[in-house]
Amino acid sequence: MIDRLRERFPGALLDVTEFRGEITAVVSRDGILEIARYLRDDPETAFDMLTVVTGLHYLNRDYDYEVLYHLYSTAKNHRLRLTVRLKETETVDSVTSIWSGANWPEREVYDLVGVRFKGHPDLRRIIMPEDYPYHPLRKDFDVEGVPSDTRTPGRAASPGFRDMESV
Amino acid sequence: MEHLPAPPAPSMRPVPPDTEDALHGDTMVINMGPSHPSTHGVLRLVLRLDGEVVTSVQPHVGYLHRGMEKIAEGMTYNQFVPYTDRLDYLAPLSNNVGYILAVEKLLGITVPPRAQVIRVMCCEIARISAHLLWLGTGALDLGAATVFFHTFRERETLYNIIEALTGTRLTTSYTRVGGLMRDLPSGWTDQVRAFIDAFPAALDEVDSLLTRNRIWMRRTQGVGRIGSADAIALGLTGPNLRGTGVAHDVRRTEPYSGYESYEFDVPVGREGDAYDRYLVRLEEMRQSVRILDQALRRLPDGPISVDDPKITLPKKERVLTSMEELIEQFMLVTEGIKGPLGQVYHAIEAPKGELGFYLKSEGDKSPYRLQIRSPSFISLQAIEKMAVGALLSDLIAVIASLDPVMGEVDR
Repeated sequence: MIDRLRERFPGALLDVTEFRGEITAVVSRDGILEIARYLRDDPETAFDMLTVVTGLHYLNRDYDYEVLYHLYSTAKNHRLRLTVRLKETETVDSVTSIWSGANWPEREVYDLVGVRFKGHPDLRRIIMPEDYPYHPLRKDFDVEGVPSDTRTPGRAASPGFRDMESV
Repeated sequence: MEHLPAPPAPSMRPVPPDTEDALHGDTMVINMGPSHPSTHGVLRLVLRLDGEVVTSVQPHVGYLHRGMEKIAEGMTYNQFVPYTDRLDYLAPLSNNVGYILAVEKLLGITVPPRAQVIRVMCCEIARISAHLLWLGTGALDLGAATVFFHTFRERETLYNIIEALTGTRLTTSYTRVGGLMRDLPSGWTDQVRAFIDAFPAALDEVDSLLTRNRIWMRRTQGVGRIGSADAIALGLTGPNLRGTGVAHDVRRTEPYSGYESYEFDVPVGREGDAYDRYLVRLEEMRQSVRILDQALRRLPDGPISVDDPKITLPKKERVLTSMEELIEQFMLVTEGIKGPLGQVYHAIEAPKGELGFYLKSEGDKSPYRLQIRSPSFISLQAIEKMAVGALLSDLIAVIASLDPVMGEVDR
């Protein structure tokens, strides 16, 4: 499987690791759509299901984010994990056009980690409130929190509520 | 007799000319939930209705978000077990097993045969209990109240069994890295045996109440239909996927805890509608009984935990009398289990579908990142495909047949 991928996309496959029988392939950010489409349509790989998308945030590395696509093939019964690495300012192509089930998982990665997906049909927060200012699964997120849970100091109170800081 | 004056004629809207479609046109936006009896928790749906026909559904989730994935980043691997109870809180035993299997895969350990068989029994008890709740409340949503009492009577027996095993009915926290919290209490296997002897008859009662019931069939057949290709692309798993005819079951495709050695059938539907999902779950309960029966027959004696002082706690008597074990216990409790560098994903067949845990370890006592792949979160995406174009009352059947649990969706 990896050999076929390497043959087909010589430049896009950056790194392959295996741990506990699971294969993780790091692919280039630009190649993700093409590779994903190939992996789905090629009868040998036939990854027809995107199990879930994971976002990871790192501090002090050459890249800031990793986006992990956990793929599964119902026909072949095998799994593969694709990894894309990107920097704070970069975006990654959304794979919703390939697996429609990528919609909510990508929204979740955007919401909790802060990765932006290019071409996503509906990239809104999904778990946190719409006006929430942070991405809580980032490693620089302050778990102690700020005095008010959803409101940073100095930000105006919501309509209809008293501004408790001025009381 | 004096005649009362005739009441004034009500001012009516003029009858629209035939060229105008009076029944269609104006749509109405309705907010359903987050507190609504048929949303099974805190699911909020913003609906656009044209008369009684749903023209768009916009689900809003997150009302039960507790930040479990973030919490896990500051905990040892064993400390996170109680949080898994609160994922799919209708099948906590199954979540315990799913999470701990992921940690054990990361550490590269296998538990002794007795622990494996007990874990299989836990998973199947959780499956029956979760499906019974789904059946009772799902039928209640569609107006069949009797079923609810039948299923909850059986669930009560199961809760007694779970309570005898773990000490609690809901927040079980039964598994530990490398084994189980404790061994089976005496007489527990007899309790399970009595249950699986009596349960099939009780299930037949429910079966005869619903399966050929004309109202039930009319309310569920052809409702919430989805094709197998769409279901796979959306990532549906479990009974929702099997209802479309795809015989995918993680217990079969990637067996864990010795599932490959049990005999059971994987029921599939054909139409992919709410009725087929009902039939699949009904049959799954019968298959779970079969698995429980085999597990009880083969239950071996022996330890319930791996014998590794770096992973499981030593015996209490030894801790109190021996220096070595005292140090081991101290180190394990204060330092936790150090995971190796690496990342794993492990999936189990939970009652709702594929429940997966992704763990990334940087060699610390707590995971660098824990991602929970919850089946309900993924399958809720299908609501739009299933409900748009159908009646509002069919939407209730769609939600019920998808069987989402918000604890697992919002995490």
